[in-house]
Amino acid sequence: MLLFLEQCLNGLQLGLMLFLLAAGLTLIFGIMDLVNLAHGSFYMIGAYFAATFTALTGDFILGAALAIAATVLVGMALEVIAIRRLYGRDHLDHVLGTFGLILFFNELVRLVWGPAGMNVPLPAWLNTHFTILPGVEYPTYRIAIILVTLLVALFMYVLVMRTRIGMLIRAGASNREMVGALGVNINLLYTLVFGLGTGLAGLAGLMQAPILTVQIGMGENILILAFVVIIIGGIGSIRGAFIAAILVGLVDTIGRGFLPDILSLLLPSRSASAISPALSSMLIYLMMAIVLVLRPQGLFPVSNK
Amino acid sequence: MRKTLLAASAALMLAAGPAMAQQKTIKIGFVSTFSGPTAVIGNDMRNSFELALDHLGRKMGGLPVEVIYEDDQQKPEVGKQKTEKLIESDKVDFVTGFIWSNVLLASLKPIVDSKTMFVIANAGASQVAGQLCSPYVFSTSWENDQTPAAIGLYMNQKGVKTAFLIGPNYAAGKDMLNGMRSTFQGKIVGEELTKWPDQLDFSAELSKVRAANPDAVYVFYPGAAGVQFLNQFSQAGLKGKIQLYTAFTIDSLSLPRMGDLALGVPGAQEWVNDLPNAANKKFVADFKAKHKAYPSFYGAQAYDAANLINSAVVAVKGDVSKKDDMRAEMRKVNYASVRGPYKYGNNQYPIQNFYLQEAVKDADGVLTLKTMATIVKDDQDKSAAKCQMK
Repeated sequence: MLLFLEQCLNGLQLGLMLFLLAAGLTLIFGIMDLVNLAHGSFYMIGAYFAATFTALTGDFILGAALAIAATVLVGMALEVIAIRRLYGRDHLDHVLGTFGLILFFNELVRLVWGPAGMNVPLPAWLNTHFTILPGVEYPTYRIAIILVTLLVALFMYVLVMRTRIGMLIRAGASNREMVGALGVNINLLYTLVFGLGTGLAGLAGLMQAPILTVQIGMGENILILAFVVIIIGGIGSIRGAFIAAILVGLVDTIGRGFLPDILSLLLPSRSASAISPALSSMLIYLMMAIVLVLRPQGLFPVSNK
Repeated sequence: MRKTLLAASAALMLAAGPAMAQQKTIKIGFVSTFSGPTAVIGNDMRNSFELALDHLGRKMGGLPVEVIYEDDQQKPEVGKQKTEKLIESDKVDFVTGFIWSNVLLASLKPIVDSKTMFVIANAGASQVAGQLCSPYVFSTSWENDQTPAAIGLYMNQKGVKTAFLIGPNYAAGKDMLNGMRSTFQGKIVGEELTKWPDQLDFSAELSKVRAANPDAVYVFYPGAAGVQFLNQFSQAGLKGKIQLYTAFTIDSLSLPRMGDLALGVPGAQEWVNDLPNAANKKFVADFKAKHKAYPSFYGAQAYDAANLINSAVVAVKGDVSKKDDMRAEMRKVNYASVRGPYKYGNNQYPIQNFYLQEAVKDADGVLTLKTMATIVKDDQDKSAAKCQMK
């Protein structure tokens, strides 16, 4: 039972992390109608910036703040220089263009930071563990991730639902031409949305950095999961991304944690231990397939889409 | 007349051209990972292989050596493609390299079918040492079971009663858990295979370790995954409570990034940088002078591969068409291996010692690995019995 609780926390933490990536991805996809495969590159760049700035300033929090700012700047610059040329073109062009950007950023990172990867050491006060319940000790840093991502989710909710910018974002998602016709500077809005999305991806990357270490290509595997999340949640929907991300995180972690035990009740233990790693890594894709069959538009589709 | 002469000499040159080119150089194809997160390993192997060629004066049997490096991207299908290219279009005399067992298994057939001389410098897939063994395939590393079997023996010596096993779900991961199981006499209370190479968060597995509360955890995580595992093991508060034992997780490439987390975590290896033989001293000193870092066991095996190939080429005086003579020479291990002398078994895999290694700080305060003891002497792999070759 305690183990189950702990695995739920693990799943929640993974899910919230995925939410950060998926929120940016779904905003960019939903509002700008841009398939951005290079989203994972900002996850990587955020992590590399965090490693560099933490080493320079000697302070993890300050390093993280600088890293987010730097990632947002890189994102907005990229939007102005390259991404802008892709609007209004075919989705295939988006995929090709942003896939090219993945290769570009991987090589750029190799040139700047070298191939070996980096570490982000945690400050002592985060690098401990925390007794949630007697017998359940949990790494403090993972709890901090859960809290920070929940705060960010709340911030996103307020931003999108309660502010003027958010209103424009929602309006842009519903009808781009009309918003432009009403005199809103769509170019600026898009640059801001892209910057926001990359900032969230950078935040996700830098928060994972102390757990996973920083390396080239780290954003590519997790990007696949982020796409699964926005497909399940409904493209363009932040609320959908939030719920789907937690769902994916829980299913993945609990699947990994308990599937071997469940299977070994049904099968001889040798074959159970052979099948379960393969099956548990498929679970979320199975879930996506089921959602696509039952609700092709996702669990929480944006209206007018 | 002059025109005829010109034409005749042109024809002669054309005819002689390819034949001369074939005899002029020793061509070696080197397949390893040079891109992605594990490129550090491939680069270390290349640096060591190049250092060996420098030590040989970049000649073997009086002929210049040409090495063609190919990147397998850690993917079996890419490795197979690159290997076929080396054999069919570059027509190399030797193939060497290979970090990953799954890449090796995918690439083996074109090499064996074309009877190209092959020296495996790392990947130890048990099948290749066993039923798939072949006269032209040699190894300068080990069969996958051997290193974890050695650490299992050491865990018995330390009186470990219960152990939890974790490793990646691919060919080598399974071998590495089986190898440990083959010698460990305590009880195995849990076993996890994780998705490879993209699962890097081990929170679910570590929670299960905590729940099972074993005496020891044994892991196999090569490359950066090992750094991540040690980090998360410590963040989960398990370091200091449960003793960790490793195979191929702490090496001189991952050590600088693990830092103090690696202290007090034992591992087993067939080569350690402080082994006191002359060939090793020269290799380690020159590598450190050139690259300002300690070489890894991957590098040491690549260095040995170059010297093993050289011994074969020298024995046939550069006539690499005499494959049977080369094979006979290689079976004698007529070169100074940096691990010290070893023998080849019937499957042409080394019969060698395995050492206990631990991380320590050297005179300059740099973390490095130190030989603590010899766990097992002249160990032969279990797969050799499945190899029909004599």
